[in-house]
Amino acid sequence: MQQPTVERNYQPRPYQGQLEGDDGQWIRPAKDYASTRYSSLDQINAKNAKDLKLSFTFSTGMSHGHEAAPLVVNNTMYIVTPFPNNLYALDLSKPGAPMKWVYEPLPTPASQGVACCDVVNRGAAYDDGKIYYNSLDNQTVAVDANTGKEVWKTRVGDINKGESMTMAPLVVKGKVLVGNSGGEFGVRGWLTALDGKTGKIVWRAYTAGPDKDVLIGPRFKPFYPQDRGQDLGVKSWPPDAWKIGGGGVWGWISYDSKLNLIYYGTANPGPWDAEARPGDNKFTSGIFARDPDTGEAVWFYQFSPHDLYDYDAVNENLLLDLPIHGQTRKVLVHPDRNGYVYVMDRTTGEVLSASVFAPITTSRGVDLKTGQLQYVEEKKPITGKVVRGLCPTAPGAKDWQPSAFSPRTGLMYIPHNHLCMDEEDLTPNYIAGTPYVGANVRMYDAPGGYGGEFTAWDPVEGKVVWTIPDHFPVWSGALATAGDVVFYGTLDGWFKAVDANSGSLLWQFKTGSGIIGQPVTYKGPDGKQYVAILSGVGGWAGAIVAGGLDARDESAALGFAGAMKDLPHYTNKGGMLYVFALP
Amino acid sequence: MYSPYLKFLVGFLLIASGLAATAQTRELRVCADPYNMPFSSRDQTGFENRIAALVARDLGARLTFIWQRMGRGFVREYLDQAQCDFVVGIPTNYRSVLTTSPYYRSTYVFVSRRAQPVPSLDSPALNGLKIGVQVLDEQYTPPGEALARRGLQAAIVGFDTLGDDADSIVRAVADKKVDLAVVWGPLAGYFARRVGPDLRITPVEPEVDPPGLPFTFAISMGVRKSNLPLRDQLEKILVDRRSDIRDILDEYGVPQLPIASLVNAQGAAR
Repeated sequence: MQQPTVERNYQPRPYQGQLEGDDGQWIRPAKDYASTRYSSLDQINAKNAKDLKLSFTFSTGMSHGHEAAPLVVNNTMYIVTPFPNNLYALDLSKPGAPMKWVYEPLPTPASQGVACCDVVNRGAAYDDGKIYYNSLDNQTVAVDANTGKEVWKTRVGDINKGESMTMAPLVVKGKVLVGNSGGEFGVRGWLTALDGKTGKIVWRAYTAGPDKDVLIGPRFKPFYPQDRGQDLGVKSWPPDAWKIGGGGVWGWISYDSKLNLIYYGTANPGPWDAEARPGDNKFTSGIFARDPDTGEAVWFYQFSPHDLYDYDAVNENLLLDLPIHGQTRKVLVHPDRNGYVYVMDRTTGEVLSASVFAPITTSRGVDLKTGQLQYVEEKKPITGKVVRGLCPTAPGAKDWQPSAFSPRTGLMYIPHNHLCMDEEDLTPNYIAGTPYVGANVRMYDAPGGYGGEFTAWDPVEGKVVWTIPDHFPVWSGALATAGDVVFYGTLDGWFKAVDANSGSLLWQFKTGSGIIGQPVTYKGPDGKQYVAILSGVGGWAGAIVAGGLDARDESAALGFAGAMKDLPHYTNKGGMLYVFALP
Repeated sequence: MYSPYLKFLVGFLLIASGLAATAQTRELRVCADPYNMPFSSRDQTGFENRIAALVARDLGARLTFIWQRMGRGFVREYLDQAQCDFVVGIPTNYRSVLTTSPYYRSTYVFVSRRAQPVPSLDSPALNGLKIGVQVLDEQYTPPGEALARRGLQAAIVGFDTLGDDADSIVRAVADKKVDLAVVWGPLAGYFARRVGPDLRITPVEPEVDPPGLPFTFAISMGVRKSNLPLRDQLEKILVDRRSDIRDILDEYGVPQLPIASLVNAQGAAR
C-alpha cells in the first residue's frame, strides 16, 4: 500500500505568484478563476476565531444533501437548494437577512430518479447582473439578481437519456459553461457554452466520439503520444460504445485569462463493468484544456485510462505559479480520485509530479516519462472474482469536495476520504423481471480506522504537512482566509475553524445536520467579516441519511452505505444556512 | 375468470369454513408492473398476476394490485414505503427484501432460427455474427458480459426489452436483424412461441461462466424485511401449489430448471 509522505520540518513558503483582486464578495463557488477559495479578509484570525458567534440562519426546508456554496453579491446572499433547486435571495443589509425573493424553476420530479448519488446542486455563478445555475432536469437558468425574475431558461440535456445536472456553472467572457452528470446511466458527457445574454448554445464539446464532436482540431497538442491521433474518442472503445460511454462534466472548471484556457475534468466511462469496454475509453477520466471562445481542445491528459474503479477526474484544478525544480512554472494542481495530487504544466499538459495523498493499492505510481498510471494487475476487478483491499474506493481518495489554497502558507487544504473497498461475491439484482448480477461492493475505513481527513498539503514538495483525521469522509469544501484560519465541515455536523499553519482546532460549532456544503466568507454591509455554510447531510456519502437507506444493507448507495452505516446515529437530515461573525 | 362474484364466493366459503380469522376479508396488496408481459400487465394477464391471484385466494385475502413500473429503486420507493405487501417475482436472496424459497428457476437462453446450428458461447461460429443482448439501465445482462469476456463486444446489439419493446429482441432474430440473441428465459419462451415456429430456444450452458457469472436465477416472492409472518404464509402456499404454479409457467412457455439443484448467484445451494 502506498501512503503519503509527511513533511517533517516544513518551512512556510509564501506564494510568489499573483492572485485575482478581492472585493470581499463571493461571486462564484471557487471564489476566483484560479479556484483557490482564498479570501483576503483577515478580521477573523487565529487569535480571535474562538469568539465566533452565530449571526443568523435560514432554513431551506429541504431534506436532501446541500452541497452548494452561498454567493454574496451587492449585499445579497444567494442560495441554491438541492432538488427542486430553488434560488433564495437574502437581504444582508437588513437585520436577520430576510428573504428578498425566491425563484422556483420547478424541475420535473422524474429527474430525481436519474441522479446517481442524491439530488444535490453545487451552486450558482454571478455575472453581469444575473445569477446562473442548473436544475437537476437539465435546464440552465439565468435569473435577474435584483428582481428574481427569470431572464432565460435553456434545456441543454434530456432526462430520458439518463442525463441530469448538478454542477455549478462558470461564466467566462460572457459565456456560461455547463456540463452534464449521469455516468451511471449510460449518458454521453459534454461541456456546453451558452450565451450569457440570450441562453443560446454557442458550442458543445463531447467527451467521447469523433474529433468533430469532441472539438478536436489543428490546435490540439496533447503532451503525451497516447493522447494523440485521429478520432481516439471512437477508436479507444468497442464499436459504438462511446455513444453511451459516460464521461460527464459534473465537477469544476477553472480559467486562466492570460492563456485564455479553461480546464475541467471528465467523469468515469460507462458502463461500470470495465470488461465490457476494452480500450483507453478516451476522453473519460481525464482533463481537457480548451479555448473558452470556441470550445476547441488544446490539450488532454488521462489520469485513469480505461478506468476500472469509477475514478472520475472531475475534481478541482487550482491554477498556480509554483517553483518547480528551481523554476517558476505555470501549473495546475489537481487532487484526483485515484489518490494522487497531480502538478501539471497548464500550458502543455505535462505531468510534473504525481504524489500520493491517501492510501493507494490499485496503482503503483505515475510514470512521469510516459504519463501513464501504473495499475496493479492483481487488483483489477473481474465480474465474479473476489478482489479485496482496493484503495481508493469508488468515491475516490477525494470526490467533488473542493480544496483551498492559502498564499500566506503556500499550502493546499484538502478535504478527502480515507477508505478502501472489497468487491466480493456477486449479488442478484433485477429490473422489471430480468435478473442480472452486480458485484457486492463494500467500503470501509482505510488502515488507521478513520474514514476521512482534512489535510494541509505542500504542492511543491508533494507532501503532507499536517492532517486531521475524521471518523467520516470529509465531504465539505474548504475555505482559506488571510487571517490564517481555514474552515471546513464534517458529516456529523461540526463546522470547524483550524489554524492554517498548525492545523490546531480554533473553534467549532455543531450545526443541525451533517455538512457537505462549501464554506464562504464575505464582508457584510456593516464592514464585518462573515463566514457562511450550508448544513444538510446527503450526497453520495450522506445518502444513507438523506435517502433513508437501510443501514443493514452494506451494498446500498453503490456500496458506500457500508462505510457510513453509523452516520444515522450521528446526524439527521434538514437544510439550514448558518452565518457566523465576531461579536 | 376471476370475477368479483367468485372472489366474494371464495371469501364466503373460507369464512364459512373457519379459515379466515375475521368476518372482514383481509387485503393483500401486490406491487405489479402494468406493462411488462409476460410477467405482468394491467389487464392481469401476466403469469405473475395469475400466481398472485392464486396465492391470495388460498390466503382468503382480497387482492389489490398496486401498479408500478419495476425499474431501478422500486423496492425502496414502493415495497419499503409500505405501498404494497409483496412482489411476485424477485431473485432469491435479493438483498433488500425478505424472499421466500424459490418457486421456479429459469435460465438465459439462446434464441436462434431452426435453420442455424445450435449456438454455444464458445463456438468459433459466433465470430462475425450480430448477437442481440438485453441491456438493463447501465448494465449488460450476464450473457452480454460473457460475450465481452470473449472479445465479442463488437457482436453485441443492445435491446431495451421493457414495455412496448418487450418482444423486439426475439422478433429481431425472426426478422434476421440479428443472427441470434441471448435472452432471459421467461421473456424468450413467451415471445418465441408468438413470433414464429422457426425459432428455437436453447439454455446457455454451463450454468455459470467462471469466475462467478451465472446464467440461471432462482425466483422467489419478496416481502419487506420486517414481514416474516407473510413470508412464511406465502412460502407454505408456494410449496403446496408447486404443481399448479408449474402449470401456469408452462402455459407461458417459461423454461424451468429443477429447483432442487439450485445454484443462486452466490454459487451456494439453498
